[in-house]
Amino acid sequence: MYFEKIADVVRNHLALDESVQITPETSLKNMKIDSLDVVEIIMKIEDCFDIEIPDEKLKEFRNLGDIAEYVKSVKES
Amino acid sequence: MQDFSGKRRVAVTGAGCVTPFGVGRGVLFDSLLAGKSAVSLISSFDTSDFKTKIAAEIKNFDPVSYFPKSETRKMDRVTQLAAVAAKDAILDSGIKLETLDRSRFGIVLGVGFGGISTTLEQHKVLIERGARRVSPFCVPMMIPNMTAGFLSILFGAEGPNETVSTACASSSHAIAAATGLIRSGKADVMICGGSEAAINPLVLAAFSSMNALSRRNDEPEKACRPFDKNRDGFVLGEGSGILILESFEHALSRKAAIYAEIAGTGSSADAFHITSPNPDGSGAVNSMKSALCDSGTDVSEVNLIYAHGTGTSANDAAETKAVKAVFGENSYKIPVTAIKSMTGHALGAAAAIEAVSAVSSIISGIIPPTINLETPDPECDLDYVPNFARKAEIKTVLANSFGFGGQNSTLVFKDVK
Repeated sequence: MYFEKIADVVRNHLALDESVQITPETSLKNMKIDSLDVVEIIMKIEDCFDIEIPDEKLKEFRNLGDIAEYVKSVKES
Repeated sequence: MQDFSGKRRVAVTGAGCVTPFGVGRGVLFDSLLAGKSAVSLISSFDTSDFKTKIAAEIKNFDPVSYFPKSETRKMDRVTQLAAVAAKDAILDSGIKLETLDRSRFGIVLGVGFGGISTTLEQHKVLIERGARRVSPFCVPMMIPNMTAGFLSILFGAEGPNETVSTACASSSHAIAAATGLIRSGKADVMICGGSEAAINPLVLAAFSSMNALSRRNDEPEKACRPFDKNRDGFVLGEGSGILILESFEHALSRKAAIYAEIAGTGSSADAFHITSPNPDGSGAVNSMKSALCDSGTDVSEVNLIYAHGTGTSANDAAETKAVKAVFGENSYKIPVTAIKSMTGHALGAAAAIEAVSAVSSIISGIIPPTINLETPDPECDLDYVPNFARKAEIKTVLANSFGFGGQNSTLVFKDVK
């Protein structure tokens, strides 16, 4: 559930069409998107789940799956 | 190909715009010749508390028809308007961007307020939701130079890239700066003009507090009436005007249609007051004289003046006085038109939209009217082409723009047919 919502945020933010696959292994870095977009996507994920992701955590995320895991840990703790 | 003083000659080979009438010089000029007003009640926000409730808004503007959403969402509206106008101008010029020497292809744009929609939106985010919610795109969207910067990325223009801000004269100074870069040999092809998107509650309230805006809310299309005795201020507008300039050598080498030549530019300061023009018109006189001198034009050669003509009491009287001081007896024979009567005042984009219209006048031999000129003002007694378009032989056009801060700019366009 967390991952699907995050994938929707990314898809909507970047206006990606359905042909672009987003999986838990998808990495924002590897998508070659603007670094400013990454910041804005993180903000939208924070808004979506009403949480704050500490800056030091951001460095640890390898992919969207990691973000989903983190969100889950915060929301279900 | 050099002018009388040895400088490289500058050709206008493309003209594009986004105005309340639509995209392109065709729909702009047709609307102007028909005497249509673009002014209506403001639809983009609630004006209940405002003394002025009218503007010339661009409605249903859809930048996504021209550029991918992934690009347009990183642009403030001021940049979206310029990007579409520039694309239109490039198309109009027939220039093939992939054939250009990119290092000699540049951009100079004039903007008044810059990305003020973004500034206002993000300030609201800061106040209501806190510092952590301010967009990382806030700075690149609000800084006034980003419009020219963004266009360089879109069109691969790696040559000179500059932004000019002289309020309502911005895009005239920008066209002059681009002309200078081609004349001096620093560039061969320039995108130039200006853009403005500042119809918002703050700017409306601010101009209103200065008593600068018309309050003829019950008759929006009659509100902007330059040189009419009953004028009561200007009407806010928005849009973008873009010219493609080339050295004559460059234009001729690709067999481009040359619409007109920018034969000279002039510039001056009133050094008088922060917002009011000098009532004696001396700043405007200096600007016009400087442009005539720079272009090697005798006063007897000018057969059309595109006035700054805002519809404020102060501008129109001072500009009339200035035209008389420069042209003497000839001033009564020269048609003086004020298209802001129809387009409203697009501030930093106004001069460029007027330049697009001036070039269209040279191409077609038709002068758009000054509409709403119903009651003559003894202080404004020139031929303002009242209410109806007119055919004329148009060889040399002088175009005035005057900005707050007393910053003045004049361009001289010539027919090269």
